[in-house]
Amino acid sequence: MYVYLYIPLLILIVFSFNGGRMATIWEGFSLRWYAEVMQSDQFRAATVNSLVVASCAAFLATTLATLAALGFRGRPIRGQGMMVPFLSFPLVIPEIVTAVATLIFFISIGVPLGMVGLIAAHTVFCIPFAFITIKARMDVMDDTLEQAANDLYADPRRTFFSVTLPLLWPAILAGFILAFIVSLDDFVISLFLAGPSSTTLPIYMFGMMRLGVTPAVNAVSTILLVMSVLFVLIAAWINRMQRK
Amino acid sequence: MKLRTIASAALAALLGAGAALAEEEKQVNLFFWPSYIPDELLERFTKETGIAITMDIYDTNEALLAKLQAGAAGYDVVIPSGYIVPTMIQAGLLQKFDAPSLPNGGNIAPGFADPEFDPGRQYTAPYMWGTTGLVYDSAGTDVELPESWSVFFEPGPLSGKVAALDDEVEVFNAAAYYLGIDKCTEDPREGQQILDLLSAQKPHLLLYGSSGTIDRVLAGEVTMHHIWNGAAHRVRKARDTARYIYPKEGITQWADNLAIPTGAEHPENAKIFIDFLMKPENVAEITNFTGYMNAISGSEPYLTPEIAADPAVNMPAEYADRLRPGRECSPAARDLRNRIWTRLKK
Amino acid sequence: MSTAASVAGRRRAGLAAPAILCIAFFMGGPMCIMVFVSLVERAPDGGVIWGNFTTDAYKQFLFEENLLGETTLNADYLRIYLRSALLAGFTVLATLIVGFPTAMYIAMQHPRRRALLIFFLSLPFWVNLLVRNYAWLLLLRANGLLDQAAMALRLTSEPLNILYSNTAIAIGLTYSFLPLMVLPIYAAMEKFDFSLVEAAFDLGASRWQALMHVIVPGVKGGIVAGCLLVFIPGLGSYVTPVLLGGSKSLMIGNLIETQFAAARNWPFGAALAFVLLMMVMAAALLRAALLRKSRRAKSSNP
Repeated sequence: MYVYLYIPLLILIVFSFNGGRMATIWEGFSLRWYAEVMQSDQFRAATVNSLVVASCAAFLATTLATLAALGFRGRPIRGQGMMVPFLSFPLVIPEIVTAVATLIFFISIGVPLGMVGLIAAHTVFCIPFAFITIKARMDVMDDTLEQAANDLYADPRRTFFSVTLPLLWPAILAGFILAFIVSLDDFVISLFLAGPSSTTLPIYMFGMMRLGVTPAVNAVSTILLVMSVLFVLIAAWINRMQRK
Repeated sequence: MKLRTIASAALAALLGAGAALAEEEKQVNLFFWPSYIPDELLERFTKETGIAITMDIYDTNEALLAKLQAGAAGYDVVIPSGYIVPTMIQAGLLQKFDAPSLPNGGNIAPGFADPEFDPGRQYTAPYMWGTTGLVYDSAGTDVELPESWSVFFEPGPLSGKVAALDDEVEVFNAAAYYLGIDKCTEDPREGQQILDLLSAQKPHLLLYGSSGTIDRVLAGEVTMHHIWNGAAHRVRKARDTARYIYPKEGITQWADNLAIPTGAEHPENAKIFIDFLMKPENVAEITNFTGYMNAISGSEPYLTPEIAADPAVNMPAEYADRLRPGRECSPAARDLRNRIWTRLKK
Repeated sequence: MSTAASVAGRRRAGLAAPAILCIAFFMGGPMCIMVFVSLVERAPDGGVIWGNFTTDAYKQFLFEENLLGETTLNADYLRIYLRSALLAGFTVLATLIVGFPTAMYIAMQHPRRRALLIFFLSLPFWVNLLVRNYAWLLLLRANGLLDQAAMALRLTSEPLNILYSNTAIAIGLTYSFLPLMVLPIYAAMEKFDFSLVEAAFDLGASRWQALMHVIVPGVKGGIVAGCLLVFIPGLGSYVTPVLLGGSKSLMIGNLIETQFAAARNWPFGAALAFVLLMMVMAAALLRAALLRKSRRAKSSNP
């Protein structure tokens, strides 16, 4: 199973160090494709755009999702049965439908194509990922500590910041990371909604692949992979620090 | 107005975007096909003029049209193909800048100075042009193939080793040339003939694919590929047994153009950029990089010998009467074409 | 008391409001506009004429005019939808067959090992979808790495010719969506009490019986969620058919895209998207019905 999962990635990484022009015929070890990619202004601009969109969208989505999860805590409020599934609505709509519909929507209400629209759209489809993660944690969270804080006359705000939030923090972080990666990965919606100076990494890569598959594409992919893994490791590390 | 344009452009060329343009920030936003201009040239432009460049990419003319229709303001230079230019002008998406009036405007080659899609070059300047033909590896066929679409539609021994572009328009047009039918036909009977031809061809194709064409031929996945001539040139550079075919029934000639959208934020910088690309030594660099011919007189001395010697790029004059310029079809013709394409792939 | 509760309820509803409103505006708005666009007349060069209502787009989905101007049934689009649904269904089946044992294996490990296994399972999922497909392209192409490996092992002397077929699409989709199947099943299994299985064995159940009558009902929610999570993106897949399928047969996603590109028929594209949305909603409703049924069965038979 894990072999099946990893062989394609392994091959991808190995061939990014290929010295030759061809993506499938090995011609010796070389870092030339990494050098070529790193020197490209377009690659750097796309990386910056991707990181900006992903950070903003993940931050907004996590904030909204956390608030919503807090709202759904404890005794169900009226309409909750409808509201919780509604928050996963973006998850069940095929990406191509979202992309097309959002494009038309932006045109008709006059939102200019570009970073702002891109961040808004990404935020929306990131909310379910953050929400599901945070809600799952909240459902199994013990509220005795909060009860105790209340009994000790801590005001609600204090209870929230010194008890609830620290307990919830790992889930919020996990939700953020998930949202971040989902945003970083998105291609179809970004392609439809990108405007001037908002080309993201997947769009840039798609452009490279149209011309032909050189090991440069592998190099970009490997860089993307390393970036994703790095974020997860940082999250895991923070998580462990928290627990200590 | 015109005088002012000339004056400002001339001044810009002299001073490298000087005082006259002080009100525009030193930036120009390009919206291009991917890998259609060498990075080194962009860097040189920035160094010479002090104007920074941002680059975004799109992958079809229709995507460009849709984006501009959607009100994507801020792109300063775009490169629509000829056939879609009239639609864009009519929709008010492009602004006039009178290309011949730019300092290097006189360099436009005679055959490209007054195109049907933009008489007098009021809205566009020429960029690259090329053809959509066939490339094959003669090492895989043992014989030289005839210059006809027949080898593509009835591949015989090459069955299963042929790839077509995944492009509704290009595939439909090739079939129309081969059958001698108008590519903008609205007649369902003629449409049916084209569908029959394409359906009969489909089992012999390995795939429809527009990306990775060069690699596919070089890796030996296919022996023949329906291809744009710049890609064919790159195949030939790596494999000297590769041949490019200009089919005798007709071959699409497309021409990409530099244009300034109505919503451009830096129209003056856009003109400076376009003028820069009409300088023979600069545009030659693009031809050397892309493998597509330019339409600027005087660029020939700057071409690399391998480009100049490749008939796939530097078309021999005897093929000129085989060229069929790309054309915008009527909505009815487009609908018929799309229905045939859908039915072919149903 | 009741007023205090309702104030608290209102305050909590206020917390949820931003997320709800955000989705209602940025998802609900587009969906409404899309339905609207599917019901108006198209402009000849792309875009739409807002005021002119027509159901042409939906008629075009089912009917066409033949040479004599008569209206006849046109099954082309239905076939494309059916093929996409079958392929998505097959992907669900394949991910279930591979994913279920995996989830079970992980759930039965030591908790620390579990976290590690889950991490490594989801890692490839964080790699860009384009990249994952592209990696399979390198593997499957004729004389590519799979062929070379098979020939070196003398399993075959001919290229396997897997690439550019529906098989290749299925392989790519299965690979891409596997974690979406494993994670929900795993989440359900983590809560599942495996002592029930031992009890079943004690009562003389076979392994198969224990699986079908004890484990599967216990993690049913996870299985259904996984199936839905795989089915939906499978149905709308766009990149995989182009890269791995050789684009020889259209899928829904590609069909919709061409309406906004070469065909410049926005209302038809919107109508196609709406039909797709209805298919997804049907799948979601089916899930809700299944869950309700199992819940009722549980409550009536404790």
